[in-house]
Amino acid sequence: MSKTAVNGALVLATVYTLLPLGWLVTASAKNTGDLLVGRTLTPERFHLGQNLHDLATTGDGIYFRWYLNSLLYAGLGAVLCAFVCVCAGYAFHVYRFPGKEQLFGLVLLGVLVPTTALALPMYLLASELHVVNTFWAVFVPSLVNPFGVYLARVFCAGYVPGEVLEAARMDGAGELRTFWSIGLKMVMPGFVTVFLFQFTAIWNNFFLPLVMLSDNRLFPVSLGLYAWNTQTHAFPEYYPLVVTGSLLAVLPLVIAFVVLQRHWKAGLTAGSVK
Amino acid sequence: MSTPAPNPAQASRAAARRRGRYGAPALLLAPFMVLFTACTLVPIGYAVHLSLYTEHRSGLGFGGSETVFTGLGNYTRALGDAAFRAGFWNTAQYCLLYIPLMIGLSLLTALLLDSALARAKRFFQLALFLPHAVPGIIAALVWVYLYTPGISPVIDALGGAGAQVDVLGHPLSAVVNIAVWEWTGYNMVIFYAALQAIPREVLEAAVVDGAGPLRTALSVKIPLIRASITMVGLFTVIGSLQLFTEPMILHDVAPGVVSTWTPNMYAYSAAFERNDYGLAAASSVLLALAAAVLSFAVTRASRGRSRKEDAA
Repeated sequence: MSKTAVNGALVLATVYTLLPLGWLVTASAKNTGDLLVGRTLTPERFHLGQNLHDLATTGDGIYFRWYLNSLLYAGLGAVLCAFVCVCAGYAFHVYRFPGKEQLFGLVLLGVLVPTTALALPMYLLASELHVVNTFWAVFVPSLVNPFGVYLARVFCAGYVPGEVLEAARMDGAGELRTFWSIGLKMVMPGFVTVFLFQFTAIWNNFFLPLVMLSDNRLFPVSLGLYAWNTQTHAFPEYYPLVVTGSLLAVLPLVIAFVVLQRHWKAGLTAGSVK
Repeated sequence: MSTPAPNPAQASRAAARRRGRYGAPALLLAPFMVLFTACTLVPIGYAVHLSLYTEHRSGLGFGGSETVFTGLGNYTRALGDAAFRAGFWNTAQYCLLYIPLMIGLSLLTALLLDSALARAKRFFQLALFLPHAVPGIIAALVWVYLYTPGISPVIDALGGAGAQVDVLGHPLSAVVNIAVWEWTGYNMVIFYAALQAIPREVLEAAVVDGAGPLRTALSVKIPLIRASITMVGLFTVIGSLQLFTEPMILHDVAPGVVSTWTPNMYAYSAAFERNDYGLAAASSVLLALAAAVLSFAVTRASRGRSRKEDAA
């Protein structure tokens, strides 16, 4: 096995993963006609500005409303979810109480339930409670992530030494104060990791918004692009909108993953190496 | 504690501490447990409940409808429906093709990266991982463009070279390719992290014993990261059963992908195209049961193997 063979294989794999992203970048600079005949891009055929303008004006700028919705669902949802998970993970790590491991086992079983198998029952339940087609119908379910609790417990075991908590108690800090000013700060890397994964999961979620929402002003970007895409057969001018909109929708996650490399790697490692 | 005579202040503080021992964990666990109950346990219970009932419309359908207990009627209806069984068959074929291919590729790239010969490791890791940052629906949209003759530079290039490829005519490979693209890099990072955690002495011992790189990979490295492989296998199985977004996008362009192509799509169409909530609930429950059985089988199989090796 030579150095060239190893690196050549890796380059080949990288071309495969980056090619569709490269296509997305060039395609979003094409107009409808050039996109649909697969014409290559030349400087005089550069339509990115026009596409962005169309994106901002179509349907009274509904795309950027979807974008803000996604930021709200994913940003606020992931912060709250990470906090809730860290609270629970900390409690599982620090305290001893009756039935603890059984309760933790129940949470782990939750990891195994397919989320899309849950989405439909959740829709049926929400329609019973008359909360279908509201912000809450998509937001509240996104706060739950049993795997996040598992990760938070693993992170607490790694970052929160018992002696430090004992010292805080000796100094007279109450349990909640100890958690808030010491435990939470120490487990911050875990918090960021759970946040990052939940942000991605909510941003990418499609099935739950699809079943829950019918008012397009509540749509996240994923659902909005889907709705536009189903119209492309009748209205080909939606093609550049879908493509350019997709590029913008991918950007925040790509940037987050490039900047926060250390964190997602730590998260994947904590999940895998027990 | 052996304090001779605790003063009242100390005693009450100790009592507060004792209360805190249960109060604090209860308070910290409450938000998650409430949400978990509301968004996981209750929907499961409600789905099971709904799956046991069916709506009977009276006469011409004007006089409203009544809900009737049917026992396992919805389950026998789902299982008796050829479309539902076809969905499971499609998913089974998908798993058989996708899981070995994706796990094989992730392992291979992880082992290549882990070898001393690889360069620019951080770049390769990031580049391979990036598809994970692309929402499934956008991945599906982009790949549909890349599958479409005329639009796709890849299909056109292959056509120019004399190879006529009709990806959209083969929905299974079309979906498998999207899934491989989305998940190979993600799982490669997991495997790579596990490989990096292998103690150096173990690998040195293998080299001293005369094992080449291939032998070391197959007989030392892969067995040592079995826990990671099992975990990835488990999550991949659960994920595979949820298949929805990608075939849903292909449904618009590939005639082979019917609206009940996967069990999940079947449940969706039962609920929203036929308004048959009992059937939709029953198929969701069957899907969750299938996931539970397969998860159990995956963990059991790997545990059985490791026990056998321990005994040997």
